[in-house]
Amino acid sequence: MNALATAVAAEANAVPKALFDWKPLALLAAVVLLALPLIGSPSTWLTLTAAGVAMGMIVFIIASGLTLVFGLMDVLNFGHGVFIALGAFVATSVIGGASGWAEGSSAAQIAIVFAAMFAAMAVAAAVGWAFERVIVRPVYGLHLKQILITMGGMIVGEEIIKVVWGPQQVPLPLPEALRGSYLLGDAAIERYRVLAMVIGAVVFAAMAWTLARTKIGLLIRAGVQDREMVESLGYRIRRLFVGVFVAGSALAGLGGVLWGLYQQNVTPQIGAQVNVLLFIVIIIGGLGSTLGCFIGALLVGLMANYTGFLAPKVALFSNIGLMVAVLLWRPQGLYPVTNR
Amino acid sequence: MTGMLNRLLSHDLPRSRWLAAALVLMLLALAFAPFLFPGSKALGAAAKMLVFVLLVASYDLLLGYTGIVSFAHTMFFGIGAYGVAIGSSRLEPSFGAIALGLAAALAVSLVLSLLIGLFSLRVKAIFYAMITLAVAAAFQTLASQLSDVTGGEDGLTFKNPEVLSPSFEPFAAPLLGVTVDGKILTYYLLFVAVVVLFLALLRIVNSPFGRVLQAIRENDFRAEAIGFRTVVYRTLSNVLAALFATLAGALLALWLRYTGPDTTLSFEIMLDILLIVVIGGMGTLYGAVVGSVIFVFAQNYLQDLLKLGQSALEGVPLIGQVVSPDRWLLWLGVLFVLAVYHFPSGIVGRLRAGVSTPAGQAPTP
Repeated sequence: MNALATAVAAEANAVPKALFDWKPLALLAAVVLLALPLIGSPSTWLTLTAAGVAMGMIVFIIASGLTLVFGLMDVLNFGHGVFIALGAFVATSVIGGASGWAEGSSAAQIAIVFAAMFAAMAVAAAVGWAFERVIVRPVYGLHLKQILITMGGMIVGEEIIKVVWGPQQVPLPLPEALRGSYLLGDAAIERYRVLAMVIGAVVFAAMAWTLARTKIGLLIRAGVQDREMVESLGYRIRRLFVGVFVAGSALAGLGGVLWGLYQQNVTPQIGAQVNVLLFIVIIIGGLGSTLGCFIGALLVGLMANYTGFLAPKVALFSNIGLMVAVLLWRPQGLYPVTNR
Repeated sequence: MTGMLNRLLSHDLPRSRWLAAALVLMLLALAFAPFLFPGSKALGAAAKMLVFVLLVASYDLLLGYTGIVSFAHTMFFGIGAYGVAIGSSRLEPSFGAIALGLAAALAVSLVLSLLIGLFSLRVKAIFYAMITLAVAAAFQTLASQLSDVTGGEDGLTFKNPEVLSPSFEPFAAPLLGVTVDGKILTYYLLFVAVVVLFLALLRIVNSPFGRVLQAIRENDFRAEAIGFRTVVYRTLSNVLAALFATLAGALLALWLRYTGPDTTLSFEIMLDILLIVVIGGMGTLYGAVVGSVIFVFAQNYLQDLLKLGQSALEGVPLIGQVVSPDRWLLWLGVLFVLAVYHFPSGIVGRLRAGVSTPAGQAPTP
């Protein structure tokens, strides 16, 4: 019995483990450290880094669903932006509707924000389920049609949002409890950014745990690597895919709330605007890779804030510059997913 | 006579009686638009139809014939429009200035499309779509930031050469009841240019080169195996489409005597192009004609119809909003989605299916 166990252990050791690719992480650290001498003042640097991480976290929340859906089913959803706008608009309704009875009490205000987030996630998930059924399902495996059809879905979705909430910009003010900043030495870090960072970290941790430690996560990872093999083992990957699509839509809805609060207002076009950013992030990360998406989002967030401080004009092009630089280094993105 | 027509259309005839009738009707209506439909709104709509026919046909070369989805087509459209605008506003208004601006714009488009193509067409179609989306967004930001050159968000207003300016009136007496002025001459310049360039595109897609593009669309692996360098052909198709879009942009600038980010670079125009290509019919240039004419007509006049519907449903909260004239894009979007599913070959494909045998359709690989 014991001998068998050691034999199994020996066999496990005999299979070489894949080495963890640390270079993208080093790149992230290098960007953060390199910015310090360029900016000069450590407190400004800390403020900018916090802002960059917060922005990166929000972008990651939105983009993670997109990259997983692509990795799992080879479906690139150009209509992902609709869920962002939807989530943000649901939040305006919830926060606007409950604005009366939370004055003065900061706990109630925060509770309302969280209620808005859950409502946004629920609505986005439900619409995501319908979107998958009606729009995406008939065009599996047809790239050209997918691009066209999801784009059409986005046009229709944006117009429906305009029908329900009106075409104009809607303010989404932060509740008083979340305004202001914490002082860390000389560095001021806005409270809302801390909240965004915490939520982002929780989402990332939950996702990493699900992917690494649960059976569903195992199946998703296996499906990303080789879908046919998982199917031939008897798992219905299509059902799994619907789940991932719905979860991704819900996360986009959550990200929409965070993004809307970050910008303090919401327009129906928000989805189309953020879409560009999302594609840059998932291309940088490597299409289909969750960790790559996380690092790509942080890189984009940090670069946007650093360059915004150092050279505001350049900041408008920092994303695309970053993408070109990364693709010249690794044409498949930071963490290339095999089989793609 | 038929032989000449056949040659002119590069042996790519409409192949449907109804389609042929519609095309002839549209051609005649556009040819005599200044006299048939006087008034600046109608003439403006007709000119926009002309520009869109060329713009959408050039996009069809990319999407319908080569199977590449690009979101940077408005970028090249904008480069053409800005080329003419910058040339005319910096120099004295003359044909020389226009030619210079156009030549510079064509050169910029050539280099840019070549770069984007070589950089990203090696990989999958989906990758190219995303890269072009990002590049187009960056270019739009660039155009609005370089306000010294492009006029920023306000754009550039400029004067056309004397002959093409509205104050130029060559004839003392009205012709057929219409006072001929520079605006009408500009319209005919657009008309001739669009007809010539459209026939050139028709020639390109029906040449052996065009056949290779279609082969790549159907099965790029097979095309590569036969011995065609698909990267080279895709890049060439990309460059050609970009150049034709640049020309379309230049024509739009001449017509409007203004170029700004909203009229040329905005993402809405990119969506319009996509809608027209798909609804008109992918993979057939006649789809661009039919689609553009119907789309611009709807854009200008369908809203009036919806206004009637709205006044009938006044007071009903959500339904009234749905038929509001501002929401006409909703209906086009729905039509677009249905078109991709149920008739991917668009209006033209529908019309052709009535007469021709299924042999005209592409065999499944």
